[in-house]
Amino acid sequence: MNFSPELEAKFAEIIGKYPPEHKRSALVPLLLFTQDELGQITAEAVQEVAKRVGVFPMQVEEVLTYYSMLHFPKPMGKKHVQICTNISCQLTGGEELYERASRKLGLGHKQVSADGEVSLEEVECIGACSWAPAIQINYDFHHNVTPEKLDELLDGLRKLN
Amino acid sequence: MLYNDPSPLETKVLTRLFGVPNSTSVETYVAHEGFVAFRKAAAMTPEAIIDEVKKSNLRGRGGAGFPTGMKWSFVPRNNPKPKYIVVNADESEPGTCKDRLLIEYDPMQLIEGMMIAGLAVGAKRGYIYLRGEYRYLVDILDKAIAEARAAGWLGTSIQGTGFDFDCYTHSGAGAYECGEESALLESLEGKRGVPRIRPPFPAVAGLYRCPTVLNNVETYCSVPSILRMGGEAWANLGTPRNGGTRLFCLSGHVNKPGVYELPMGFNLLRMIEEVGGGVRGGKKLKAVIPGGSSCPVLTAAECDLPMDFDSLKNAKSMLGSGGVVVMDETTDMVKVALRIMKFYQHESCGWCIPCREGTTWLKNILTRVYNGMGQKEDPALVHELASNMLGRTFCPLGDAAAMPTISIVEKFRDEFEAYVRRSPVTDLADIDTKIPVRA
Ligand SMILES: Cc1cc2nc3c(=O)[nH]c(=O)nc-3n(C[C@H](O)[C@H](O)[C@H](O)COP(=O)(O)O)c2cc1C
Ligand code: SF4
Ligand code: FES
Repeated sequence: MNFSPELEAKFAEIIGKYPPEHKRSALVPLLLFTQDELGQITAEAVQEVAKRVGVFPMQVEEVLTYYSMLHFPKPMGKKHVQICTNISCQLTGGEELYERASRKLGLGHKQVSADGEVSLEEVECIGACSWAPAIQINYDFHHNVTPEKLDELLDGLRKLN
Repeated sequence: MLYNDPSPLETKVLTRLFGVPNSTSVETYVAHEGFVAFRKAAAMTPEAIIDEVKKSNLRGRGGAGFPTGMKWSFVPRNNPKPKYIVVNADESEPGTCKDRLLIEYDPMQLIEGMMIAGLAVGAKRGYIYLRGEYRYLVDILDKAIAEARAAGWLGTSIQGTGFDFDCYTHSGAGAYECGEESALLESLEGKRGVPRIRPPFPAVAGLYRCPTVLNNVETYCSVPSILRMGGEAWANLGTPRNGGTRLFCLSGHVNKPGVYELPMGFNLLRMIEEVGGGVRGGKKLKAVIPGGSSCPVLTAAECDLPMDFDSLKNAKSMLGSGGVVVMDETTDMVKVALRIMKFYQHESCGWCIPCREGTTWLKNILTRVYNGMGQKEDPALVHELASNMLGRTFCPLGDAAAMPTISIVEKFRDEFEAYVRRSPVTDLADIDTKIPVRA
């Protein structure tokens, strides 16, 4: 499988962080960066990552399924909306935000829009409790989110590309 | 831009560069006494460094509050294997959002803390394990590390001291359990985040089964100021046995939520009233989670106490990770108990039965109570199930799920009773077909 030169460079950089006899350490970061670059983790990518870190593809899948940010075999949408409803956010309106987003997008927990553009997830604490309620769209944090601000963010989703 | 306004009541030691322009650069850091502590430490023996940390009464900021100097002293000096410094930047305990700021505003302070730990135990390499959601911090840290290397603050024979040290970022991918030290090490080795049986502890057999120092971000960030000020002066910022300042993350029903650096032992009521601007909407205080969702809750009547490890332990709770979650009189404690259990059920790694099954059953029972279909026996059943998990699991996640639950049913029993009194379902055989369990 051919990766883009940028992804190849990233792979080399990540694998280079660990002692050569422990390159398996690069497994999770490689998968996460692959998902970010390719938009998904394909079966081919699993084979490739397995080869690079010296394990069997099944071992890669075993690890994959443990981590909530790695979506396999089905990817999330290009714009993945993650709404925290854990305690600090629950106390400040996180659940209402989630319900609102769900209605507006017509999506439930971990559902992806038919065109693959947008997905929704109710997530656990994202480390923004003092600025709750908080959401993440892909890696971007949005703090102190009001219903109006949520609407604005959701309306802007398909314009982001 | 800062996430929240600072409070005049803060003691700015670890956060002194927050808000300073270009605070992440080597230049700014050096201009504010950066690496002074490293130079001092490089001229000391490892024993003397550890002694200074012991004198500071620094206790781990990740949750358990274990004395840091003592932890470092467990690393076997004559072990020929390489030694490692690992930073726990997994920050996933609900209510906690401080490590993020320490890295965002002052990555050099963390790097200097790791270097000093390296000097103290003879480690040459460090890894910073960041939760996957904190991607922007990988970029900030990678840039800081590259800059420090270019300026000769990382690499071989740092500033001519003969000490070699380098560090690297490592990204997790979403798993609360990977904050647990041994699960973190498994994850860092490219495996599922399932904990290890201990002993041996990481100090003896950690990363790649080599001696490893593993601390929280804030713990390492405390070290440069300890060396700079001297352990004793640093200790005196706090209370006996609880040295220094710590970052408290105020959240929930307060007027001015935010992350504030306060001396250890700062009164909790005063923190809510004067730092946090009081309970929102002029409402009355009902309860507080004092240190992240794993800690037993305190009722309003129990909140007049100093925030340090020992005082919280005396109050049968914990200082934990510094996440102070404030709840006003309108808060539904059954709902709170359910949300907390939902979290632990989701995050249980599934290795041991009391945790995997206990959290699942507790979530289901709490769900039926919350949905108005609870049974008369349910409050007692919740209490019994949770109590049976205590101390019977491979890692402390089981306890972390049980402790807040037990405290909530004990302290707010009337709310559970009110729920089950209203329940129309009296036949348990009926209920299994009727309860809608929200996924
Ligand atoms: C389930 C679980 C999750 C944890 N999560 C974190 C975390 O996100 N960050 C952290 O620093 N410590 C966390 N800890 C505590 C670590 O196991 C460990 O005690 C700590 O990182 C040691 O550092 P310290 O002595 O500096 O506190 C967690 C513990 C458990 C049991
Ligand atoms: S207590 Fe829970 S998280 Fe910890 S090892 Fe057991 S099942 Fe896994
Ligand atoms: S509880 Fe929502 S960000 Fe922490």
